[in-house]
Amino acid sequence: MNVRDKRLQLEGLTVSFDGFKALNNLSLHVDPGEMLCIIGPNGAGKTTMMDVITGKTRPDSGTARFGVDIDLLGMSEAEIVGAGIGRKFQKPTVFEQLTVFENLELALAGSRSFLTTFRARMSGAQQERIHQVLDIIGLLDQRDAFARILAHGQKQWLEIGMLLMQNPELLLVDEPVAGMTPNEVERTAELLRSLAGEHSVVVVEHDMAFVRSIAKRVVVLHEGSVIAEGDMDAVQKHARVIEVYLGV
Amino acid sequence: MSESGKVPGLWRRTTLVDRGGPRGIDRGGRGLLTVLAVVAVAVPLLNQVVPATSAFHLSPFGITLIGKYMCYGMLAMAVDLIWGYCGILSLGHGAFFALGGYAMGMYLMRQIGPRGVYGDPVLPDFMVFLNYKSLPWFWQGFNHFPLALAMVAIVPALLALVFGWFAFRSRVTGVYLSIITQALTYALMLAFFRNDMGFGGNNGFTDFKEILGFDLHSDRTRVVLLVITAAALAAGYAACRKIVESRAGRVVLAIRDAESRTRFLGYPVESFKLWLFVISGILAGVAGALYVPQVGIINPSEFAPINSIEAVIWVAVGGRGTLYGAIAGAVLVNYLKTYLTGAFPEIWLYALGALFVLVTLFLPRGITGLLHLRSTQT
Repeated sequence: MNVRDKRLQLEGLTVSFDGFKALNNLSLHVDPGEMLCIIGPNGAGKTTMMDVITGKTRPDSGTARFGVDIDLLGMSEAEIVGAGIGRKFQKPTVFEQLTVFENLELALAGSRSFLTTFRARMSGAQQERIHQVLDIIGLLDQRDAFARILAHGQKQWLEIGMLLMQNPELLLVDEPVAGMTPNEVERTAELLRSLAGEHSVVVVEHDMAFVRSIAKRVVVLHEGSVIAEGDMDAVQKHARVIEVYLGV
Repeated sequence: MSESGKVPGLWRRTTLVDRGGPRGIDRGGRGLLTVLAVVAVAVPLLNQVVPATSAFHLSPFGITLIGKYMCYGMLAMAVDLIWGYCGILSLGHGAFFALGGYAMGMYLMRQIGPRGVYGDPVLPDFMVFLNYKSLPWFWQGFNHFPLALAMVAIVPALLALVFGWFAFRSRVTGVYLSIITQALTYALMLAFFRNDMGFGGNNGFTDFKEILGFDLHSDRTRVVLLVITAAALAAGYAACRKIVESRAGRVVLAIRDAESRTRFLGYPVESFKLWLFVISGILAGVAGALYVPQVGIINPSEFAPINSIEAVIWVAVGGRGTLYGAIAGAVLVNYLKTYLTGAFPEIWLYALGALFVLVTLFLPRGITGLLHLRSTQT
């Protein structure tokens, strides 16, 4: 396994849509193995930032580097996935008509062409890997269940599992606990905590209690820039944060 | 909340696609192969051994009918492979069927040789009639059976490749794709109706004499053709089953259910669609090639849009995404058609329309869906 030491470094990112600055000179970094939470009111630029990192949106200015020598801004979405950055979208999209196991199978690394997948046989190591991930996401018992019968929370975990199959260095997770029951929220927190260290994890989330339970470091975005950063307690006491976000 | 709210609750408990259980156990497929084996044994017996005076004797008409149904079954399976598994609704699959049929028809025309009405040693009758002086270049070599057989696969495959390449690259999907497939077969029909296309105009090809030297009008040849058709259908089924049960088959299902998600996982969605579309086109072409020597005629009406739409109805009635259901649907609807067009010719089209509406409303998973429902409840 490669050494996981790539630091994500964003510098001076600006993105404008018709004059509206979705990102305004945004700079932040994510250390290897770190768990970072990003919070901020609607329109603060959280999703745009994710889009820039994953190559979906090109910034007007600024730099985005992964490790010392990878310039994310010059890469396609697929290349960025290949470089080890996986993203989990807000809305869970798993393949409903496939089983949990098959969902993970399709996420296995390897050639994606028709002929190779037609001839593909699962190796012992691949099966092992799928079982490992099933264990991590807590769906071992649902291995052969169709994804469509999973509860909402389980679908989210399955999707995280699909990301893990590709063993990314950096995981971007967009609102993982929206719509989850308290019990599911707790298990998701556990899951994400267990991933940090092995992977760098960036979580965008509204749920304050959840953020408090997982993050050591929190970054607050507002109008496309970082307005505060630190641990949850420090951030919650920050005057500007209280003003724009916590609305007290 | 579950995202599958569009499926009525009654149907949710069963799977939309029968992938034959965990270890490739495929009850419907085994049933199909058994029926085909029985047909391949029973038809020769009933026709060749049972005396013509017996009530159990199978007439040549009966043989042709069964052979025709199996060809339609193969066409339905081709439609199901792309529609049931990949969500590509082709309303023009009759075009591939007809092209395969025309390739076979060209060979059969060349086999007539000097026995045509005009007695020209090389030119088919319609060319003499239309004052052709020599054989057009694209007719060269069709007197060789292997070449004709190759063309049966190559011509539909090429059309599927070129059409699919443009359509899928441009991300044409859903109803738009259905409409342009319909336009495709309609355009081909108009082209083949023209006398100067060199394919016999609106009369097409007929009056075939023999295939590989065997008299097409003898019962024995008919029986052999029927057995070959049954074998081809079984082989086609096995090939399709192998595809849908491979990992590629699961990718295809993933494309059907969440195309952009599949693309995001790194799969070249367009290439998968193209492969499947070409394979399906070849299957339809082979079905057409088996059809022509048995029914004894091919003309541009095989390209008519209604034919392609009927094929889709067979699949809907039989049940999408099972392969064997499509074949069962084709046989069932065509049996109904044979009966109704004989007994009450004026109501057939109404019956077909009503059938489609009823199946869509009450049996969204077709007849095979009904069987599955029962087997999962007990």
